[in-house]
Amino acid sequence: MSSDTTLHSTPLSAATIARFDRELAKYPDDQKQSAVMACLAIVQQEQGFVSADSERAIAAHLDIAPMAVHEVSTFYNMYNLQPVGKYKINVCTNLPCQLRHGQGALEYVCKKLGVEVGGTTADGMFTVQPGECMGACADAPVLLVNDRNMCSYMSHEKIDQLIDGLRAVKE
Amino acid sequence: MTMNLEQVLSQFHTTAAETCFHGRHIGPQILADLNGKNWSVNEYEARGGYQALRKILGKDGGEGLTQDQVIAIVKESGLRGRGGAGFPTGLKWSFMPRQFPGQKYLVCNSDEGEPGTCKDREILQHNPHIVIEGMAIAAYAMGISVGYNYIHGEIFESYERFEAALEEARAAGFLGDNIMGSNFSFQLHAAHGFGAYICGEETALLESLEGKKGQPRFKPPFPASYGLYGKPTTINNTETFAAVPWIIRNGGQAYLECGKPNNGGTKIFSISGDVERPGNYEIPMGTPFTKLLELAGGVRAGRQLKAVIPGGSSAPVLPASIMMDITMDYDSIAKAGSMLGSGAVIVMDDSRCMVKSLQRLSYFYMHESCGQCTPCREGTGWLWRMVDRLERGEGRPSDMDLLDNVAENIMGRTICALGDAAAMPVRGMLKHFRAEFEHHITHKTCMVPAYV
Repeated sequence: MSSDTTLHSTPLSAATIARFDRELAKYPDDQKQSAVMACLAIVQQEQGFVSADSERAIAAHLDIAPMAVHEVSTFYNMYNLQPVGKYKINVCTNLPCQLRHGQGALEYVCKKLGVEVGGTTADGMFTVQPGECMGACADAPVLLVNDRNMCSYMSHEKIDQLIDGLRAVKE
Repeated sequence: MTMNLEQVLSQFHTTAAETCFHGRHIGPQILADLNGKNWSVNEYEARGGYQALRKILGKDGGEGLTQDQVIAIVKESGLRGRGGAGFPTGLKWSFMPRQFPGQKYLVCNSDEGEPGTCKDREILQHNPHIVIEGMAIAAYAMGISVGYNYIHGEIFESYERFEAALEEARAAGFLGDNIMGSNFSFQLHAAHGFGAYICGEETALLESLEGKKGQPRFKPPFPASYGLYGKPTTINNTETFAAVPWIIRNGGQAYLECGKPNNGGTKIFSISGDVERPGNYEIPMGTPFTKLLELAGGVRAGRQLKAVIPGGSSAPVLPASIMMDITMDYDSIAKAGSMLGSGAVIVMDDSRCMVKSLQRLSYFYMHESCGQCTPCREGTGWLWRMVDRLERGEGRPSDMDLLDNVAENIMGRTICALGDAAAMPVRGMLKHFRAEFEHHITHKTCMVPAYV
C-alpha cells in the first residue's frame, strides 16, 4: 500500500456496489448500517482481507463513520484485518471436534504446510488458523476454506487430498 | 485431471447421509422425508408444506384462524424455545404488543454456535421452507410485517440456501405483499454473522443486525418492547419456528402428546464426541437417554461411557451413572442438575480427561467473552489460566477453592448469560469429577492415559 492511497478510499467496482446494494435493500432506508456485516464479508471475499481503505469505502457507502465499520471488523473473528494466504484454512478445535481429532487435524495441516498455527506459507498460498465452534460438530474434524466452504470429516488422507487439490487448482 | 476450485472443495462437502438421512429418527416432524435434494418449494409443498399457512389465512377452504387462535394453539402445544432457554413459545408470542402502531419485527436466531450444536444448519440446508413457513405463521399471529433470519457466519452454504429458498417463497407468493390474496403481508430477509459466539445471545444478535459490535443489552427492557431498531421484536430459534407448521396442521394437543407434559413435541438432538454415529436425531421429548445413545450407535467401540454434557458446552456435565437414568426433556435434565439447552449432547468415554476437556471449554469462553462486563471479561481469563495450569501439572492445592470461587463470582453478575455459561461447566466438573482435578494437583498428570 503506497502512502498516498491511504488518503483515499479505494473506489469500489460497480459489481461490488451492486452486491452492497442488494444487502442494503433488506433494511429500512434509515438503517443502512445494518448492511455493514455483509459489505465487509463481500470485500473480504473479493480482496482477501479488509483494508483500512475498504473500511472507509464501506463507511462512505453506508453513510456511517469509518470507526463504526472498524468496530465491527475488529469484533468479529472471521474478518481478516491483514492479508492472508490465498487459502485461509480454519480448523475447529473446540471440545466436540477435539474429541474427534480436531486438534490432530490442525496439527497435521500445519505439519504438512510447514507453518506454525496462525502462520502463512512462504509462497503465500495458505494461512492456517484454529477456529471456534462452526456448528458442524457431528462432521468433525471440520475446517473452513476462505470462510465460506465447510469441509467435513477431514481425516489426514482428506487433508492431503484437499491441500494437494488446492495447490493444483486450475485458474 | 485438473479441477477448478469449486470442484476441489465440493469433494469435502457433507452429504449429511450420516448425520441427517440415516433413517434413525423417531416420529420426526422437521427432518421427516428429507434426502438432501428435496429442499425446494415444490417438494416442500408435496410434503404438506405451506398447508399450515394456508389454513390460518383461510386459503384451504376453511375459515382461517385469528391471531389469538394461533397463539392459543402454540400455547396448548407446550412448545418451548429450542435455542437453549426453553421458554414457552406461545407465552413469548403473547408478550408482543400487537396493537403497537409502529413497525414490529420478527427475528430468527440461527446463530448456532453453542459447541456441540449442529441442528439448525441441517434444517436450513435441507428444509429451509419449514422455517420460512413457521416465521410467516408467527408474523401473522403477532401482526408483524418484517422479519430477519440471522444465520451463523460459518455456515455460509446454509445462508445461501436460505436466501435461495426466500426467493422461491417470494416467487410462489408465500412471502411478500398480500400473501395468497389475503391482507397479510410479510417481508423476510436473511442476514449473516461472521464469527462471534456472543451473537447467539438475543440482544447481541439484535446489535449485530443493526450493524454493530455484538455486545448484549441490559434487560429489561426486553426485546418485546425494545428490540431491533428500538421496536417491539420477537426472537425465536430456528428449530422453534420449524416446529410451528406441524402444530398448526395437527393441533396443539397432538404436539403435546408427542412428548410429555410441559415438554411437548419432538426435539432434534445433536450427538457429538465419543459415539459411533455422531449426528442429529429427531426424537420425542422424554425419550430415555439410553435410547438416544443406542440410535447414535452407542459409545465408541471398546469404550465405556464416562460423562455427558447434555445441552451444549454451557450445560453442567453429568456422569454416566446419572445420564443412564434420565429422559431427554427439559424437566428431567434440570432435575438431574443440568439443562437440555440446545439439545447438544457431547459424549465422553472413559479415555477422556475431564481437566483437559474443561481446559478447552474454558479457553473458548475466554476467547468469546465480549469484554463488556468485568466479571466475565476478567473471570473467564482467570478460569482458563487456572484450568490450564491444572492440566499442565502446575496447579496448587488452593486452586480448587479459588476456581469455584471465581466461577461463583461470575454467575449472576453479568449483563448476559455468557458469564454463567463459562462458570457452569467449571462448577459441574468440580462437583462430579473433583477427584480428577485433585489428582492433577497431587500427581501432576491425568488419571487416564494420554489424551487421544
